[in-house]
Amino acid sequence: MGHPQLAKKFVANNERMKWHDKAIWFVRKKRDLAVHGLDEWEDLREIAKQIKTHTINKLDFYLEEFEKNAQQKGLHVHWAKDAEEHNEIVLKLLLNRGAKKLVKSKSMLTEECHLNPYLEKNGIKVIDTDLGERIVQLRNEPPSHIVLPAIHLKKEDVGKTFEKFLKTQKGNCDPTYLTRAARNHLRKKFLNADAALTGVNFGIAQTGGIVVCTNEGNADLGVSLAKLHIASMGIEKIIPRLEDLSIFTRLLARSATGQAITSYTSHFHAPIEHGEMHIIIVDNGRSNILQNEDFKQSLHCIRCGACINTCPVYRRSGGHSYGYTIPGPIGSTLGASKDLKANKTLPFACTLCASCSNVCPVKIDLHNQLYKHRQNVVKRGLLGTKKYAILKVATWVMKHPSLFDFSGKMARLIVPKLPRNILYSKVNIWGKKRELPKFPQKSFKELYKQREEKK
Amino acid sequence: MKIGLFIPCFMNELYPEASMATLKVLENLGLHVEYPTKQTCCGQPMANTGCAHEAGELAHRFLKIFKNYDYVVAPSGSCVAMVRENYAQFLDGEDGFEHLKTHTYELVEFLHDVVKPIRMNSKFPYKVGIHNSCHGHRELGMASMSERNLPAFSKIEKILSLVDDIEFVTLKRNDECCGFGGTFCVSEDAISVAMGIDRVNDHLNAGAKIITGIDMSCLMHMQGIIDRDKLPIKTMHIAQILAGES
Repeated sequence: MGHPQLAKKFVANNERMKWHDKAIWFVRKKRDLAVHGLDEWEDLREIAKQIKTHTINKLDFYLEEFEKNAQQKGLHVHWAKDAEEHNEIVLKLLLNRGAKKLVKSKSMLTEECHLNPYLEKNGIKVIDTDLGERIVQLRNEPPSHIVLPAIHLKKEDVGKTFEKFLKTQKGNCDPTYLTRAARNHLRKKFLNADAALTGVNFGIAQTGGIVVCTNEGNADLGVSLAKLHIASMGIEKIIPRLEDLSIFTRLLARSATGQAITSYTSHFHAPIEHGEMHIIIVDNGRSNILQNEDFKQSLHCIRCGACINTCPVYRRSGGHSYGYTIPGPIGSTLGASKDLKANKTLPFACTLCASCSNVCPVKIDLHNQLYKHRQNVVKRGLLGTKKYAILKVATWVMKHPSLFDFSGKMARLIVPKLPRNILYSKVNIWGKKRELPKFPQKSFKELYKQREEKK
Repeated sequence: MKIGLFIPCFMNELYPEASMATLKVLENLGLHVEYPTKQTCCGQPMANTGCAHEAGELAHRFLKIFKNYDYVVAPSGSCVAMVRENYAQFLDGEDGFEHLKTHTYELVEFLHDVVKPIRMNSKFPYKVGIHNSCHGHRELGMASMSERNLPAFSKIEKILSLVDDIEFVTLKRNDECCGFGGTFCVSEDAISVAMGIDRVNDHLNAGAKIITGIDMSCLMHMQGIIDRDKLPIKTMHIAQILAGES
C-alpha cells in the first residue's frame, strides 16, 4: 500500500488524527519559541549549511582522518558498505565475546539496517532502552518518528502495552506511574547487559571521538555498565572540528524539541576501563546519494525531526503511513533516493508548502528535492498510466488555445445541467467531501473580448 | 509600462469575476493592461506531478506569449512561483527568459513592490482572515514565515490595509498549508480535506466572515469544504476586495 491508502486509514479515526496533529504541532511551537529567542538563528543555519556542504564534499578525507584519530585513541573502526555488512559486524563482535544480551539506545541507523530481527534470529536478546523505542519494541511496531518514536500512541495505549508486558496495574495510565514502571524494568536490563549499542549524532574528524545526544541518559547508562560499546554511524555524521560541534548542538535540540540543549550531550573518546569501543561506519546507499547533485544535500541532515513536526501531511497521516524507516519530508527524499520504485508515492505525500525547507536547521532544500523526485518517478514510468495519460491530454489541450476555450465552454454548458448523482459519482474524488465550484456562464476571456469590442 | 495580464487557466474558466477584478484593480490605478488571448496554462499541474516534458512545452509557449511585456502580473502566487522558481529548468538561456523571470509578479506583490499605491478607493467593512498560500508565502516571500527568525512583515496585510473599514482576525496557525497542493487534492484527497477543514475552522474560530488570499486554488478548495459543510464563512479572492466588491 502506498502513502495515500495508509494515510486514508489514519485519517479515518478523526479524533486520533486531530490529537496527533495537535501533539506534534505543540512540539513545533516549542521549537518556534526557542528559535525566536536566539537572534543569531538564521546565521547559525547558514554556518551549519556551509560546514555540512564543505564536509560532504571532502567526505573521504574527513572519514579517513576520523578513522586515524579514533584508532590512536584505542577505538576500533569498522567499515560497512551496506546493512547486511553492518549487521554481520555487530553479530561477530557480540559472538566473539560471548555476549548474549544487548542494550541499545536509540539509533535510527540500526532501524534502517533492521538490526534487531537479525540479531534475534541469531540468538541475541536486544532491548531498546529509549522509553519510546521500548514501547514500540514491546508492541512489535517500527518507530513512527525519529525523535519521538511512540508519538502515535496515547498514554492509554502505553498503559495497555505495559499491562501486558510489564504487569502494571490494570487501567493505570498515569504517565509518572508508567515511566517509573519502565525505569524499573529497564534498570534490570542495563545491569544484566553484556554489550551496549548506541547511534552517533556527530563524529568529530579532528578528535576521532563521537558525540551522542539524548534526553534520558540511557546511552550513558548502557555504555558505562557493559564492557563492549558498539557505535553505529552513517558516513554523513562526520563534522571536521570540535568547535563545529557547538553550532550543531545549538541547532539540534532547539529544532527537535525546543530545548536549548539535550539533557545529555555525551562525548565518547575512549573505551571504559577494561572495555572495548567499536565504531561501525556505514554507507548503505549514502555514497549513491552523494553522487547526485539534486539530492546530496539530504546527507546534511542531523536527524532533528523538525521537518517532520512541521509537515502538515505527516501530522495528519502518522509516521507509519510512509512505509519507510524515516517518515516525513526527509524520509520521503531519502526513501525515494534509496528505492524509488518501492517509495514512489512518497515524493507526492507533500503539498510543496516548503515549510520543511524553512524549518530545517541545516537548510536542506527538502521540498525541491521532492519536486525533483517526482520527475524521476515519471521518467521511470512509475506514475501510473491513467494519471500520466490525463496530464498528457491536458497538455495537448493547453497547447491549442481554441481547443482549451472549446473544452471550457462545453464544461460550463454541460456541468451545471448534470444531475447531482452523476456529477458527484464515484469518479469525482474532489466531490467526495467538497462541493465543486459553481460554473459561470462565461469565461474571463469571453468577458474580456466583449469588453474590448465595446470600446 | 506595458503590463501583460496572466490569468491562471482554471480562473479563466471558473472565476471570471475574480479575474475581471484583477484587471479592474490595475486599471483603476491608471495602468495599461493587456490580456494576451492565446495564453492557456503555465504548466504548473504538469510540473508538480513530475511531467517535466509536458511542463517544458507549456513553459516555452508561455515565454513566447509574454516575453515582450514590461511586466507580467497574475492573481496567483503559485502560478507566478512556477514562472519565477521552476521555469529555469526549461528556459534557462532562452531569449527573454531572464526578463520574464524578474518581471513576473503576483498582483499584490506588484502593487506593493512596483506601483506602491497610497489608497485603494475601496471599502470592505468585514472581519477578514488572510490565508497565506504557501507558494506566495514561502517561494515569493509575500510575508515573514513562522519557521524563520526574521523581522515580521506582510505585503498582503499592508496592501489590504489600504481598504477602508477592513478588520483582520488573528489565526492560531498563521501560515499552515490548506492542503490543496495541485494534484495532491485528489491523489491524497483524505489528507487534503483534513487539512482544508482545519484551515477553515481556524478562520471561523477567529471570528472571520471572509477568508481571502492571493490564490484562488486554495480558496476553491476551502470553499468546496465550506459549501459541503454549510459553514457560516466564505472565501473571496483578494482582487475582489481591492476592487471594491462586496
